[in-house]
Amino acid sequence: MNPVVGLAAFAAVSLATAVIGFYGLRVSRTTGDFYVASRTVKPWWNASAIGGEYLSAASFLGVAGLILLSGTDALWYPVGYTAGYLMLLLFVAAPLRRSGAYTIPDFTEARLDSRAVRRVTSLVVVLVGWLYIVPQLHGAALAIRITTGLPAWVGPVAVVGVVCITVVVGGMRSITFVQAFQYWLKLTALAVPIVFLLFALGGGESAAAAPAANPTALAPAGPYQIISLLVALLFGTLGLPHVLVRFYTNPDGQSARRTTLIVLGLLSAFYLFPTAYGMLGRMFAPDLAQSGQADALVLLLPGRMIGGMAGDLLTALVVAGAFAAFLSTTSGLVVSLAGVISQDVFGGSVRGFRLAALISAIVPLGIASMTESLALAGSVGLVFAFTASTICPVLLLGIWWRGLTDAGAIAGMATGGVLCGSAMVAGSVLGAAQSPSWLAQPAAWTVPAAFAVTVLVSRATRGRVPRTMTRVMTRLHTPERPLATER
Amino acid sequence: MPDSPLLTAASVAVIALAIAAVVAVGLKVLHSFRDLGTDAERATYKTLHAASRAGQYLRTGLNPAGAAKASKQLRSLLGCDALAITDTTGVLAWDGAGEELKPALMGLAAKVLDGGHLAVIPAGELQLLAAGDGGRPLTPEVERAVVIAPIRAGARVVGVVAAFAPAAGAGLVRATGEVADWVATQVELAELDASRTLLMEAEVRALRAQISPHFIYNSLNAIASFINTDPVRARELVVEFADFTRYSFRRHGDFTTLAEELRCIDRYLLLERARFGDRVQVSLRIAPEVLSTVIPFLSLQPLVENAVRHGLEAKEGPGHISITANDSGAFAEVTIEDDGVGMDPEQLRSVLAGHSDGEHVGLRNVDARLRQVYGDDNGLVIETAPGEGTLITMRVPKSQPRHDA
Repeated sequence: MNPVVGLAAFAAVSLATAVIGFYGLRVSRTTGDFYVASRTVKPWWNASAIGGEYLSAASFLGVAGLILLSGTDALWYPVGYTAGYLMLLLFVAAPLRRSGAYTIPDFTEARLDSRAVRRVTSLVVVLVGWLYIVPQLHGAALAIRITTGLPAWVGPVAVVGVVCITVVVGGMRSITFVQAFQYWLKLTALAVPIVFLLFALGGGESAAAAPAANPTALAPAGPYQIISLLVALLFGTLGLPHVLVRFYTNPDGQSARRTTLIVLGLLSAFYLFPTAYGMLGRMFAPDLAQSGQADALVLLLPGRMIGGMAGDLLTALVVAGAFAAFLSTTSGLVVSLAGVISQDVFGGSVRGFRLAALISAIVPLGIASMTESLALAGSVGLVFAFTASTICPVLLLGIWWRGLTDAGAIAGMATGGVLCGSAMVAGSVLGAAQSPSWLAQPAAWTVPAAFAVTVLVSRATRGRVPRTMTRVMTRLHTPERPLATER
Repeated sequence: MPDSPLLTAASVAVIALAIAAVVAVGLKVLHSFRDLGTDAERATYKTLHAASRAGQYLRTGLNPAGAAKASKQLRSLLGCDALAITDTTGVLAWDGAGEELKPALMGLAAKVLDGGHLAVIPAGELQLLAAGDGGRPLTPEVERAVVIAPIRAGARVVGVVAAFAPAAGAGLVRATGEVADWVATQVELAELDASRTLLMEAEVRALRAQISPHFIYNSLNAIASFINTDPVRARELVVEFADFTRYSFRRHGDFTTLAEELRCIDRYLLLERARFGDRVQVSLRIAPEVLSTVIPFLSLQPLVENAVRHGLEAKEGPGHISITANDSGAFAEVTIEDDGVGMDPEQLRSVLAGHSDGEHVGLRNVDARLRQVYGDDNGLVIETAPGEGTLITMRVPKSQPRHDA
């Protein structure tokens, strides 16, 4: 494959990101009749932005790779990623938007009136963010290696470099437009090639005859694995640090709900395409599964099936989409993490924010360069399991249960973190093949354990229910005044 | 690796010896600390320590949580069986044995609360008093003497300290009196704290910007000039003026959202443009992410008014104001820039410090409120020089769960 194609695609995406980030806001109106309401973000835009930030390397590359490997079992991943938003819509989005807290540590501190809880939550959030950035960088390494033949470390370094520059220089003035652009880029990058691929398929009769083979001898997933995976994905979405902030861009609760509805539609539409790639991969590229390159399926398939100049162009498009996925998720996470770190460590100064942004991008770069890429969707699934067993119980109980105490929250987060963390470590030490399913998919027991410990310790320390509880709960659950509607 | 039993035994012995040595040194160090000071010095230290701990708990005034913790320290100070702290209406805290006396205590304390004099109730009488007060008769083993001392804050009696002991000696009586006086000092300090907070709140409320009388006068004149020439526009302007005043005269809440404040600025500028015509040019660049950020009520409008009045009014020809709002990490950053006549930085500094009443009191007002609410690091940042225009930057934390817009 032509190495220039990959590099050109990466450069174009980075440039577009930077340009939109810098100039996306320069729609100043000098006329007198501006109205603030017309400047708020429309639900469509905001939904696209959420989609852009949410669809990571795992969705773009990993889902197709997993379908290639394990067939229909892998469909639970897109189902879980999308349905997590339903959970968010039902249980978290509106109360959290009313709380006035921009980050999860801010929320827990306000709800439980405790600095200690804030520190623990911050620690967990930073850990989750780092763990979530690592698969993005693995994806970047894979994409660079496959498409340009350069050494793998170039990819992560380039992604971290671009993110650091845009965040530190202040390029992401209005991240909403950047992320919305990234969503549509990702969708186009998957949809256009698939149309060509299907045309190519329709042309040759040999293709239609090719049977959908099972290229690996993986046993189908049992009910435990499926349940555990769904628990992880459904509850894990609730606690993702970068998803939360997006809801503040909505002017009021009603448009926040409409936004979430559109997000569900956008995500569902998006996941059609990785599924199609996975199916085509089973027919035409089963060798990738055997050589351990399943995650590269999306990148390689257009070149293989079409070839020539057209194939190169389609590959360039897919590579651009892949880098949009790495960049958008990484930058969203880096911004959220930098906010948390700068507030807790550097006292919230501008310099501190830049320093924190560097820290929150470079640490995962180090981890990524020291670790090997597993299946992307799988490792992101584990991050979701970790989030579900740490942040999710505190968030859900904090919003819906008056009896939560600071001691209960800390005990729950510690229990979930230790259990899920040690399951992850043990699983990776044993290796994917040897570890039993309860280690490979720990969420089904770590999440209930974390909930149980949180509730029990809170009951035991009933006297520590904060005095501000009633006020905070009232604020969380009474409808807010609509924004700037008085006329 | 040589695996002889002898070697193993030797290494175990060496490790054990090392541990023993560390423990011995540790004990020695601990002991030397314990040796510090004579008995009297240690007693002084203990007393002061208990008093300072109890003082911390009472810093928020007489409330159940603080009193409960403080009563533990105070009981150890007095060395009595039980110690209770009450306010004028009920028992706040009870530490130690004999809690069955609790219902009777307020009856016993009533005289002290009224008269403000220390009362001693000997062991025998307590039983009679408690029984006579409708309480249950006491079992012999909880029979105690009580010393009840009033907590006098200023001229008022705000509560009592009651110490229960087998016998009420002169020492206990004096000590209880002293403890009650000491508690009174803490309560007075707490009241001082509370009034300082109230003062700060009152100051913020007083600082809450008001629309300037000049502006009302000028706007009405400008509108009047349109009544004959362009009645439709005049009518629109009156409606805008009404909306503007409704917003600025609203009484509820010290906070608003950036979006509402920008809407108010829009109305304000509409009225100013009626007067200045095309001389005022405005451009806005607002990141949608920060529109719902909570900011102090009327904190931007005075800045824009400052830009119009002191930046452009004094200048010939058209002037340009640009307002931006950006997402900057955990903060929202709002800037207001004009290309007007600028200010003398030294004079501005003295105005902001409150030393002189210059033209820019609006700026001082906003600056002071921002510092009150968000701390001294988050005041206004003003970059200006004579003839060079003015750039005002305001940074507000996005996350303010305690403030309702």
